[in-house]
This record gives sequence, structure tokens and C-alpha cells, in this order.
Amino acid sequence: MIRFILRRLAIAIPTLLALIVVSFILMKVAPGNPFTGEKTLPKEVMANIMARYGLDKPEWQQLLDYISNIVLHFDFGPSFKYKDRSVTEIIAQGFPVTFTYGMWTFVVSTVLGVFVGVLAAVRQNSWVDYLSLGITIGAQVVPVYVVAPLLVLIFTLWLGWLPGGGWNGGHWSNVILPVVALSFSLVASVARIMRSSMLEVLGSNYIRTARAKGIPGYKIILRHALRPALLPVVTYLAPMLVYVITGSVIIDMYFSTGGIGSAFVNSALNRDYSTAMGITILYGTLTIAGNLLVDLIYAWIDPKIRL
Amino acid sequence: MTDPLRAAIRGLFCASALCAVLTAPVLAAEVPAGTKLADEQTFSTSVGAAIGAFDPQLAEDTDQSAVINNLFEGLYSEDDKGNLVPALSDGYTLSDDRTVYTFKIKAANWSNGDPVTAQDFVFAWRRAVDPALASNYAYFLGLAGILNADDIVAGQKKPEELGVRAIDDKTLEVTLSSPRPYFPMTLTQTTLFPVPQNVVEAFGKDWLKPENIVGNGAYVLKSNSPGEVVVLVRNPRYRDDAKTVINEVRFVTITDEAQEVARYLSGEVDHVGVPTGQLPKFKAEYPNEVTVAPRLCTYYFDVNVGAKASNKALTDQRVREALYLAIDRDVLINNVLQGGQIPAYFLTPAATAGFTTPDVPALNMTQAERNERAKALLAEAGYGPDNPLKFEYIYNTGEGHKKIAVVVAQMYKETLGVEMTIRDMEWATLLDTRHQQNFEVSRSAWCGDYNEASTFLSLVDTKSTQNSSGYSNAEIDKLLADSATKDDPTADYTRIEQILATDLPIIPVYHYTSNALMKTNVKGWPYDNVEGKWYAKDLYKIAE
Repeated sequence: MIRFILRRLAIAIPTLLALIVVSFILMKVAPGNPFTGEKTLPKEVMANIMARYGLDKPEWQQLLDYISNIVLHFDFGPSFKYKDRSVTEIIAQGFPVTFTYGMWTFVVSTVLGVFVGVLAAVRQNSWVDYLSLGITIGAQVVPVYVVAPLLVLIFTLWLGWLPGGGWNGGHWSNVILPVVALSFSLVASVARIMRSSMLEVLGSNYIRTARAKGIPGYKIILRHALRPALLPVVTYLAPMLVYVITGSVIIDMYFSTGGIGSAFVNSALNRDYSTAMGITILYGTLTIAGNLLVDLIYAWIDPKIRL
Repeated sequence: MTDPLRAAIRGLFCASALCAVLTAPVLAAEVPAGTKLADEQTFSTSVGAAIGAFDPQLAEDTDQSAVINNLFEGLYSEDDKGNLVPALSDGYTLSDDRTVYTFKIKAANWSNGDPVTAQDFVFAWRRAVDPALASNYAYFLGLAGILNADDIVAGQKKPEELGVRAIDDKTLEVTLSSPRPYFPMTLTQTTLFPVPQNVVEAFGKDWLKPENIVGNGAYVLKSNSPGEVVVLVRNPRYRDDAKTVINEVRFVTITDEAQEVARYLSGEVDHVGVPTGQLPKFKAEYPNEVTVAPRLCTYYFDVNVGAKASNKALTDQRVREALYLAIDRDVLINNVLQGGQIPAYFLTPAATAGFTTPDVPALNMTQAERNERAKALLAEAGYGPDNPLKFEYIYNTGEGHKKIAVVVAQMYKETLGVEMTIRDMEWATLLDTRHQQNFEVSRSAWCGDYNEASTFLSLVDTKSTQNSSGYSNAEIDKLLADSATKDDPTADYTRIEQILATDLPIIPVYHYTSNALMKTNVKGWPYDNVEGKWYAKDLYKIAE
């Protein structure tokens, strides 16, 4: 187990390095630089700026400097666009916001999705099943950018219950709409995976044996069927976790939460190299960690899997 | 001639005598007697993205400037009509050769209680040109004419050699390299605002953090949550605080246009832009809240006519004139843009201070006549049904720009049989392509840096870095050089526009307007300020 974790961590380092190199090259290949604006700068001014941010050095040198600053000082450099802030500060400010609504989304989607999925499977072919199936199919195909304006229309403009955007230090009233909007399709996905996997388990021999022994239905489901049926859901949860805590770009942009998603998009559009790189590395690290976590949970749920 | 330029020129005639520069200024919220003010005096406005550093010398966009205009104050500011009004300046004297300005500075304090001194200006201006700070706006001091500014930026002189010095705590002397009638107007730009030397030196770049920042404006920074909201609160140490009414100013980031409207209607913000193309709808639904005001901006097509021009057809003046005439600007504005824009037949917006609009022929023709003339010109140049003119038009990705491209292509096709292919690219890519002059015709736009025609006309100066069409005209270059030192360059500007309307290296399309929704209880907003400069200290909210 420990060896497995260590081995995975060792692989993570070259993976991250490759990620840095590839994104660095992609960014340099994109036309323009962080300081191209509508108003062309005189070349003396541009030269000063390039020197100030080390962009006048050869590109291999820039890449080496960048990597060594991260490794030696854990310094992701200054933002080229937000000149009073470092990339670390931008992440430190945006990530907690995204993490907060992301975790809520994760909890809501998982709990609600599993519950609906189990219910539909147990009451297969009843009105409960059809209703939940109908709703989840509907919810799954409606994208966030459609759900979010609908929620604002209903809860902000018609009912006047919740603010249409902003974060307000994470006040509950500002958190609800982003969480609901982001959970919408995730609940549906989890429920559908849960339902089909539950049906499969319920049809297996050992469940039939348990039934024959006269074990009550709820006990069969909770004690015998739920754990094995969760396996496919767990596979889905890891990428979902990474997806929700790295933030939906749409949620951050639409609700102006100040989360990391909008910082990421803006940095790419502004050619704010350092910020875009910093957030890419964060996303990469989280993805690697998320995958490791899933493997560990797998082993815990299914003792047949050995690490 | 409107006021800032006249004001500046009037300033010149006061040479060598300390004199008040202007007429009675608007300096604070002017609340008519008997007005019942609202209990809550918070003003919130929307901005499109997270706002950059609130550093006067580093500011490079309008959102940053709007925040800084409320946190800091320079020698001059603008009133609701764009007239220059003294802020920290207590008047100035001008040397006989009109190159040395000596300003008296009013008694005022920083928000930490320290007095604002002439030395704070000297420090700030040297900082602006210092290669170590590497500000995008470093060039602005050279533009303003301040002695040695360009050499310092180029690293050939030291920041200490800049033409500015503190004679004593309250007297600032500025030396220009040559007379610049527009110099006082540049003083409303944040680049030339003072900053507190001891605070900047003590905290480095962290001096802008809410817990450290010290300003001299009507407001201080309370909190900054980038991408969400920036909150300013009243500065009790502001020199004119007694006349301020608004207690809190909020700059709310809202990226999505529909979301802007939703949050406006729900009362979360007082002031937002009207979504593109929806002005008629909002005018009908909220007639008292919609505002339309001219802006100092022009939308135009850049035609590559320089040495790098790949499509030689476009280097033929007749072809360009045909393309200029065949755009039905009224259709474009009334049916496509629907934002009350003003048709442009020349570059400089008519609303620009001190600008006399040229009498270009296209203005006196009907569209049918323009189309006929365009057809004739194109035929003369050798293009017709058998040999159709073909070129490519590039623009930055965006719904509005796309509509314009499609409609203009259609107009060209129908009227002239011209085949204009259109291609969109991402903003940064477009800028790069244009700077490399690797295009045939490109979408372009310009907003004035200050309220005077030279900010537009210098775009076609041969040596201008902005001149991406590759156009060069010796007469225009000379007129521009001469006008920089003239008391009244109006005639020169009009002449340049006439040359441009013939040569047409750029094809003006329309002049911008700014369309906004403003809550009816907000009063004092400077709708007639074409640069869109506003100061929250001039606003107030009435009880409804």
C-alpha cells in the first residue's frame, strides 16, 4: 500500500514536469504577448516591460528559471496582468471560493444522486423509476449555462429570495445558486450510474440467496448491495471531484464569485503566462491526487482489488 | 470650440501671472436645496472583468482609472461636461517661452494624515518613467511633453533628470521640452497623480493592499475581491469631504451581459451597460433609466496600404473610396447595432473638444448617390462583374463585430459585386496580426487618450506605433508636428481630416455611444463627459 502510494507520487513528478513544458510551449506559440494591447507601446516601453518580467531572455532560459523558482522557492512568479499580485496570491484568493462551492456540489450531487439511483433501482419500472429517469435524463442534457440563468430568473428576479451573483465572503445565500446550478447535471449522472449498477447487483446470485434466507429488503440493500453497487459510481466521483473543486469556468464567470475559474480564462485570454501556468499546475496536481484517491477508495470498497 | 482646450488656451494668456485657470468649478455633489436624500448612500457600478492594480502609474484601462479617480487626486480633474477643473492645483504661472509651469498646491492630506507635498508629485512622475517600474503608460509623460521623459524611458537618462522639481512643499515646477497647449489636460490622467512616497517605499508592491494603501482622493479602499467586487468607503481626511454625499462605492464584476441586466433589475447594482443591440427594447421598457451619451471612440476599418500590403488592389485610392462610400451606415446603426451610434465619415468624433468637423463630400450625399459614385470609382479602377474585387476582412471574435462584418460584406456584394471574405480571430491574435501588417483589411477602433483631436489624428502619423495601415503622408506628418505647439491647431486638424477623407487608409464606420441603465434615484452623473470620467464624490442618491 505505502509502496503503491510512493510509486504513484514518483510518477507524478515527471507528469507535472511534462505538463509544465507542454503548456509553456503552447503559450509561447500562441500569437501576442501579455503586453499587446489596442494601443501599441513604443518599443522602448515594451523593452523595459520585457526586461522587468524576464521575457527578454531566451525561451529555454525562461522555462528553466520558471521551474527552478517553483522547485526551490515555491514561487510561481508575478502576474503579468495584475501587477500588484503574485500568481500564488491569485490562487490563494480564488481557490478557497471555488473549493467551497465545489465541495458542497460534490456532497449534494453524491448524496442526492445515490439516493435517487437506489430508489429508482429498488422500485424498478414503477412510477418512481420512470419519474426519476425522466427528470435525470432532462437534467443531464441541460448545460450549466442554461440552468444558471433560469435559476437567476426564478430565485432572483421573480421570487427575490437570493442574490443573482457575488460571493460575499461565502454567505449561504450566495452559495446556493452556484451549487444548485453545478449539481444539476451531476446529480443526474450519479443517479443514472447508481441505478444501473444497483440493478445489476440486485440481480446477482448472492442477493437472491440473501432474499431466500429471508433477510429484510432494506438490510439487503444497505448491507449487501450498496457497497458493490457503488464501485462504478466511485470511478465517476474522482474526475467529478476534480472537476468541481477546480471550478466551473461558467459558474465563476456567470455568478462573479471571484473563484479560480474566471482567473484561469482571463489569464489565457490576456496571455498572462505565469497565472495560466500556475493554475494549470494546480489543476494537474489535483487531477493526479484525485486519481490516486480513487484507487485507494477502490481498494477499500472491493477487497478483491490489491494495490 | 468646447471647453477644455479653450480653458487650456485661456491658461496660456495668463502667462507669467498667478491666475485662476477656469470658471467656477464643480467640485463636489451639487445637491439642489430642498432635495430629500436617500438614507442609504451606496453607489454600485458594474465592470467587465477583475480590475488590475490600483496604482496610478501602472493604470492602463478605464476600469482601473475609474477606481483610481476615486482613490487619488491629481492637479486637475474634470467636471460633468469634461471641462478641466482644479483639484489639488491652486493655479499656475507659465514662463514666457511657455515651457515652464509653476503650480501652487492646495493644502490637502493623505488618508494617513500626512500632508500632500510637491515632492509626492516629483516621486510619482519619476516613478512613472522609471524603467524599473516598466509601466505601459511610461510613454504618456513624453506625450505630455515633459522634459527628458522619452530619454529616461529609453534608459539614456536617469529618472532624476525628469523635467519636474519641488521648489518647496507646496510649489511644483514642470519643464516641457517644447510648448504644448494641451499639457494641462494631461494632468487629469492617473499617470500624473501623486503617490505617497513613504508608503510606496515601505511596502513595495504590497502598498496597494487594502491594509496598506494610502490615497488622497474622496474614498479609501475597504476591500478588494478580484473578479467579485471592489469596495471603497468615504475618506474622512479628504480635503472636501464635507461636500461628499455617497458613503460607499462598489465596483461589481459582471462578465455576462444578461447577468448585468438581471442584477441591475434585482437592485444589486445601480449602473450597468445596455446589452449590445438591445437599446430599442430597453428604451421602450425603461424609458427613464436608459441613457445614451457620445463617447470619444471611433470604429473603423484599417486598410493595409503600406509596403507590406499583400493585396495591391487596396493600394488604389479609388478602390478604398468605393469601399468607404458603399457602407450604408444608417442601416448598420439603425437595424444592426441599435445603440444610437453616430455614423462616421471622418476619424475624430464630433464631440471632441476644440474640433471643427470637416465638410467631407460624403456627408452631403444620399446613400443612393454614394452607391452610384462607389460603382463608378470601382469600374474606373478596373473591377466589375468579370473581374470582381476580392479581399479578406479580419476582426476579433465577438457577436457585434461579426454582425457588422456580415452586413458590410453583404452591402459590398450587393452594391459593388465585391467579394469580402471574413475571418475572426481571438483578440490578442488580431492585435499581433495587425502590428505585423499581415492583413488586408482589419477591424479597428480607437478611444481618445485625452479630449483633443490629436489623440485620434496621430494614429495616421507615419512614425506612430499605432499606424498599422502603413500609411504615410508628408503633409499630415508636418501638420501634426506643427499643431503640437500651436495655440489653436483647429484648422490643421480639420485639414488632416480632409486629406484622410480623400486618401482613406482607414474607413471610419461609426462613433461610439455609451448606453447605460442607471437607477433613477442616482443624480449628478456626468452624462456629457465624453471621456466617461466620473467621480463618486459628485454623485448623490435621492429618496424616492
